[in-house]
Amino acid sequence: MKKVKTPQELKSFQEEIQNNRDPQKPCITICAGTGCLTYGSQKLVDNFRAEVEKQNLNGKIEVRASGCHGFCERGPLVVINPQNIFYQRVGLDDAEEIIKETVLNGQIIDRLLYIDPVTREKILHEDEIPFYKRQMRLVFGMNGNIDPNSLEDYLAIGGYSALIKILNGMEPEAIIEEIKTAGLRGRGGGGFSMGLKWEATRNAPGLPKYIICNADEGDPGAYMDRSLLEGNPYLILEGMLIGAYAIGSNTGYIYVRNEYPLAVNNITIAVEKARNLGILGENILGSGFDFDVVIVRGGGAFVCGEETALIASIEGRSGEPRAKYVFPAERGLYNKPTNINNVETWANVPLIINKGAQWYRSIGTENSKGTKIFALVGKINNTGLVEVPMGITLREIVYDIGGGIPKGRKFKAVQVGGPSGGCIPESHLDLQVDFDALSKVGSMMGSGGLIVMDENSCMVDVAKYFIGFLLYESCGKCVPCREGLKQMHEILSNICQGHGEEGDVELLEEISDFMIEASLCALGGSAPNPVLSTIRYFRDEYKTHIFDKKCRAGVCRNLFEYFIDKNQCDGCTLCRKKCPEEAISGEKKEVHVIDPEKCINCGICFSLCKREAIRVR
Amino acid sequence: MKTRIKRIIDRYHSDKGFLVPILQDVQKEYNYLNREALNLVSAFLEVPISQLYELGTFYKAFSLEPRGRHEMKLCTGTACHVRGVPLIKDNIERVLQIQSGETTDDLEFTFETVNCLGACALGPILVVDGEYHGNISISKTNKILKKLGKKVKIDEES
Repeated sequence: MKKVKTPQELKSFQEEIQNNRDPQKPCITICAGTGCLTYGSQKLVDNFRAEVEKQNLNGKIEVRASGCHGFCERGPLVVINPQNIFYQRVGLDDAEEIIKETVLNGQIIDRLLYIDPVTREKILHEDEIPFYKRQMRLVFGMNGNIDPNSLEDYLAIGGYSALIKILNGMEPEAIIEEIKTAGLRGRGGGGFSMGLKWEATRNAPGLPKYIICNADEGDPGAYMDRSLLEGNPYLILEGMLIGAYAIGSNTGYIYVRNEYPLAVNNITIAVEKARNLGILGENILGSGFDFDVVIVRGGGAFVCGEETALIASIEGRSGEPRAKYVFPAERGLYNKPTNINNVETWANVPLIINKGAQWYRSIGTENSKGTKIFALVGKINNTGLVEVPMGITLREIVYDIGGGIPKGRKFKAVQVGGPSGGCIPESHLDLQVDFDALSKVGSMMGSGGLIVMDENSCMVDVAKYFIGFLLYESCGKCVPCREGLKQMHEILSNICQGHGEEGDVELLEEISDFMIEASLCALGGSAPNPVLSTIRYFRDEYKTHIFDKKCRAGVCRNLFEYFIDKNQCDGCTLCRKKCPEEAISGEKKEVHVIDPEKCINCGICFSLCKREAIRVR
Repeated sequence: MKTRIKRIIDRYHSDKGFLVPILQDVQKEYNYLNREALNLVSAFLEVPISQLYELGTFYKAFSLEPRGRHEMKLCTGTACHVRGVPLIKDNIERVLQIQSGETTDDLEFTFETVNCLGACALGPILVVDGEYHGNISISKTNKILKKLGKKVKIDEES
């Protein structure tokens, strides 16, 4: 690749690529995000390539392994362009048939089409599927159109136009003003204005200045940052380039979780290619602006998502936060002015520069602008990543996009915002989602995990789960967080084991208040949220656990027992054979019985029974 | 060992700021952070050994004990949790007769839980030697264990 030396050269290179692309040329796009890869989509990509080779179609058909499309539930996904035909649950051996039938002969393969679960109709095009139709995929939508390892692909969809625009004479102050006007708020949890943070870092005395991309996405149940970094690393780099230029920084860091090997790989390749093209390095496009990026792999500590802990980790120390009397904008990495933002926030920057702050402001609510990517997971039909405008209701996300709860079970709550977020019950489903509305009901935007729970989820257990998670991940530096979590976990464990006592709930509330007041960092300060929100909306469930010693959801091991429904059991003997305690008896083709004395509630029979005859009481 | 450690440190130009990645590479090379290797890193970079142990115990990615031939990582992220991972975890612990975070005495299996692998659509997820297994159940994990040479008691006919 030859180096480009001016914005004009990059522009002409971009146009050259665009002109050389034939929009009518058949292109088979296979989703190769982590979800689809787990289904084996890499093999599918290989099969498509081999098939193209075999049929001498090289150069006539393009095969593209793209980043995550978001609809992980139906993977492996294949989209055939230019017709935008959408195939789902594609078998690894379907490559030959798809090329022969669909690409060459224009025939649709019926069995691979998506069936709308409501209307039972088959849907042909990707953009007509309800899951996608209700979304607004401004940031995430590009993933499907590019091979994450191809810089040309990114240029072909207009990538680096924002970089060209700013280097063609936009002043740093004007860029900051644009971001401020757009009202872009941090997508990593805090929700602070990105423009204000940039301005503070630019104005802070001291050189050099650093920028950091926080890709230490530790929230369980959230994976949008990973999918962006995997699927469109150039977009993140472009955002960082613009930020660095506006702030006056020459070095950027990308702190990425080591648990995300594909993201590490793709961003490493992207940085390498950007250097070769001359958009990273010294004197970028002849502007006199130098910028380069260092990729740092995290060590596996949730607390490192907290900015001061992350900075400590980059400096080679253990990731313990410090009190923020002075913000990183003034004294951050190596005590120099540092701007730190999350992946998704960086990804929004090129969009704002290209289309303008006013356009961006037109999307969203009063104080929350633009879109947000949510990870819609848990007990939901259409698991996946969804990008929606701020202000959409939870009901629309869960039912219209998510397709509701599997097996016709009853919705119970949705947990928003990761371990520091809160559970929102059905009565608040019509809540318009934005930063402020979520805080008001005791939850938070957080990183955008949206975990749906049904009637078989126990809310006390969920609270215990999050507290257990945070207890493990607490760095232990400050007492309120370290000891508070330990005590809360003990109380919750007691309740779940049937040793709950009167006053436990009140004690939990008291500890929570103290932790919120006195913890050093946001991890401790927001840790009580899962407990407080479940108490607020599901106090009765706590009471049932404490006073009746019952867990109606069938989760807390000591508070229920399994029995076999006489009317359902057909005596297949499966449960009897697999029971590790030999607690089940019964002859073949006769109703079986569980001996409650021997049963250890391990749940093996419950998960095995095909007739749902094993029940909970 | 000296040359291997030196090579890793050279990769990062002996920069003390890269302690975490250096230890990650050492761990990759020896499958755990052994004392000798840590002493060498400490000597080469002139950092106190206590600092290396601080990092080694703080970050989850590091192990100070030798790890098993097969690595099993069970996702206990929220999505997997609500889809029934606790039962699967208990089952693996019962079959391997170790707790999560431990290695079997014969150094065959290391079993640990991870907080989220970000493939929630396929939950519950078990990663065995880097390979992802989605939508797993107790019987599926037993099949996997069996294939890796573990005698699984509860899968035998009684």
